[in-house]
Amino acid sequence: MDDNTIVCRCEDITLKELRDLIKEGYTTLDEIKRALRLGMGPCQGNICLDIAAREICKMTDKTMEEIKMPRKRPPVLGIKMGELAGDQDEK
Amino acid sequence: MKSKAEIVIIGGGVIGASIAYNLADKGMKDIVVLEQNYIASGSTGSCGAGIRQQWGTKMNCLLSRKSMEIFENMNEILDTKRDIELKQGGYLLLAFSKKELDQFKENVKLQHRYGIPSELLTVKEAKEIVPQLNTEGITGATYCPTDGHANPFRVTQAYVEAAQRKGVEFYTYTKAEDIITEKGKIKKVITDQGEIQTNKVVNAAGGFSKEVSQMAGIEIPTKSERHEILVTEQVNPILKPMVMSFSYNIYCQQTPDGSFVMGYGDPDEPESHNIKSSWQFLEEMSKKATHLLPFLKKIRVIRQWAGLYNITPDAQPILDEATDLEGFFMAVGFSGHGFMIAPMTGILMSEMILGEELSIDIELDLERFENDRLILEPSVV
Ligand SMILES: Cc1cc2nc3c(=O)[nH]c(=O)nc-3n(C[C@H](O)[C@H](O)[C@H](O)COP(=O)(O)OP(=O)(O)OC[C@H]3O[C@@H](n4cnc5c(N)ncnc54)[C@H](O)[C@@H]3O)c2cc1C
Repeated sequence: MDDNTIVCRCEDITLKELRDLIKEGYTTLDEIKRALRLGMGPCQGNICLDIAAREICKMTDKTMEEIKMPRKRPPVLGIKMGELAGDQDEK
Repeated sequence: MKSKAEIVIIGGGVIGASIAYNLADKGMKDIVVLEQNYIASGSTGSCGAGIRQQWGTKMNCLLSRKSMEIFENMNEILDTKRDIELKQGGYLLLAFSKKELDQFKENVKLQHRYGIPSELLTVKEAKEIVPQLNTEGITGATYCPTDGHANPFRVTQAYVEAAQRKGVEFYTYTKAEDIITEKGKIKKVITDQGEIQTNKVVNAAGGFSKEVSQMAGIEIPTKSERHEILVTEQVNPILKPMVMSFSYNIYCQQTPDGSFVMGYGDPDEPESHNIKSSWQFLEEMSKKATHLLPFLKKIRVIRQWAGLYNITPDAQPILDEATDLEGFFMAVGFSGHGFMIAPMTGILMSEMILGEELSIDIELDLERFENDRLILEPSVV
């Protein structure tokens, strides 16, 4: 993968942005997530967080086992606010 | 890790970071910040990030207005690597009774005295600012066009990096476990990574302010409570200001990336360190929000989370040095509005610690709770 590869499609983040951040010393997924909003879009990090974890391993001496996955936050799939509010015509 | 420091700040949230930067900026050396997790991992990283200047006491008007001036220039002042994403879309505060509106009128007069460009609006004028608003029950509003929000992680990181350039050391994943004192003086801080000798400690531990004070043998009347919040999918920009009401109990804003962020305070929330999300919140929040802003019905929630409010009996922070323990400073109990006043808090605390004259008169001492000098701020969430 080259630097211009998009690693997070929801937030439009390139591999270069991710690698720069790791070089600056951001080596946990929680920190990267907060700095770049990586994994905070509609897909909730299904693809990008794995890529980021592997990139951290490549660039630091961490192993995959040492990398903590951020807490999965509910609800995983988007639900319309109207449905959540119990609005009949939204069903 | 250093074995000695001039001062140890416990807490790597926006408050600890702002204090560390301001101390270093005034020339203090050997400053250490301890953070048990990562930077901004506590309340700061989970907050709504709103910055409001529409307050009902002189002190809060000054604290928030001067903080906003710093936010406006923060990218330059701190020479930030990443933009702090300040958006000044205004805050629209809604009144739902005559009494609330009368209070708002008083507040606006006060705000004008301290240079805050707020205005009193009729229901019709409020609807011009937010055309989608369901005005049922609303008696009027106030609006301040320069209120807004910023990215809390970026702001904290900006303070951290600027402080690091001035020599401050941040130890993340390092937990303060005890504070050793002798004859009313601080001797050292014990952490899970080793000990640091110091005579000065700042308690900037957010939701854990009480626990950290207890390490030093100081009792403070703060308590922590969960506050839940949610975010929706991103849509085109449609809502300019933050819409908020104390009595209807809601805040809702659209961030620059297009998603809506909203929350409310549950009056029955018990004291705890629980930050789990609940299904009840999702339902109640959706009911409240879609009633006030019906267009939200079609928008999907994608994530919810929760953080801690650290609350005092008058919902105003404690910025003080303990009378019984020299060198023990506290910047705690922000009661849900610590992010917006973090820039001035850092300045005031650095002045207090260095024995300088404070740039704003504040009455945020710990003893006010015993002497019945509670601050009567009408505009708290
Ligand atoms: C849902 C929600 C919405 C909010 N919305 C807003 C808003 O719109 N506007 C606003 O101004 N404010 C808002 N707030 C309040 C705001 O988040 C806080 O007032 C502010 O972030 C407090 O910053 P802090 O640095 O004091 O606390 P924190 O960010 O909690 O920092 C304290 C740090 O101390 C660390 N710590 C604790 N104990 C120890 C120890 N023993 N050793 C080492 N480290 C320790 C913690 O890990 C934590 O990172 C909101 C809060 C919540 C929960």
